[in-house]
Amino acid sequence: MLDIGYGYWIIGIGLAFDLFGCIGLVRLPDVYNRAQAATKCVTLGTCMILGGVAWIGFADGDGAMGVKALICAAFILLTSPVGAHAVCRGAYLAGVKLWDQSVEDSFSSRAQEIRETQTQEGSVQGEEA
Amino acid sequence: MTTLEPFEAAAMIVLMIGSFLCLYRISRGPTAPDRTVAIDILGTLMVGFCCVMALMMKQEFYMNIAIAWALTSFVGTLALAKYLEGRCYDA
Repeated sequence: MLDIGYGYWIIGIGLAFDLFGCIGLVRLPDVYNRAQAATKCVTLGTCMILGGVAWIGFADGDGAMGVKALICAAFILLTSPVGAHAVCRGAYLAGVKLWDQSVEDSFSSRAQEIRETQTQEGSVQGEEA
Repeated sequence: MTTLEPFEAAAMIVLMIGSFLCLYRISRGPTAPDRTVAIDILGTLMVGFCCVMALMMKQEFYMNIAIAWALTSFVGTLALAKYLEGRCYDA
C-alpha cells in the first residue's frame, strides 16, 4: 500500500537539512544567528528523518517502530525551539554582544526591565539575610 | 551480520560530517552560549543517528534510545540555559 521508496526520499531531504544546519552553525557570525539557523534546520531535518523512518516502518508492517518515530518527532518539534529560546535569552541576559552589523535589537528595553527586577529582588534578599 | 546498504552508509557519513562541524563549534566557540547551542544541536543529531541505526539493523529498540536521548538532551539544555541566565536552579 505504502511505497518504501518515498520513505528513503524523505530521509534524504532530512539529511540535507541537517547538513546545511550544521554548516550554518560553523559559518554564521554570532551566537543568535547560529542558534536560529542550526535550530530551525536541524529540527526540521531530524523530524523528516523520523517521518521517513515511520513511513518505512508502516510500509514494512513494523507498526511499533513507526509509532515510536512519530512520538519522538512530535517531542523534538515541541522541545527544540523551547531549548533554543531559553539559551538565547540566557545569552542576552548574560551580556553576549550582537554582531556589529546587526540592524535591530528589539529585546534591549525588556532585558533592561528584567535586569532591574532581578537586582531589586537580589537587594531585598540581601537585606533579609 | 547485516550488510551495509549504500544509502545507509551515505546517511551515516552525512550525519558524521554534521557532528564534526558541531564538535568544531564546541571546541572553538568564543562564548559559553555558542557551546550550549552546539551541544543541543549535537543531541538532536544523535536522535537522527539512532533512526538510521534502527533502519540499518532492522531493530526497533533503537527508537527507544532516540526518545530517551531527546528527553535528556532537552533537560540538559534547559539546565545550561538557567545557568547562563545567572539564576538559581530551583527558582
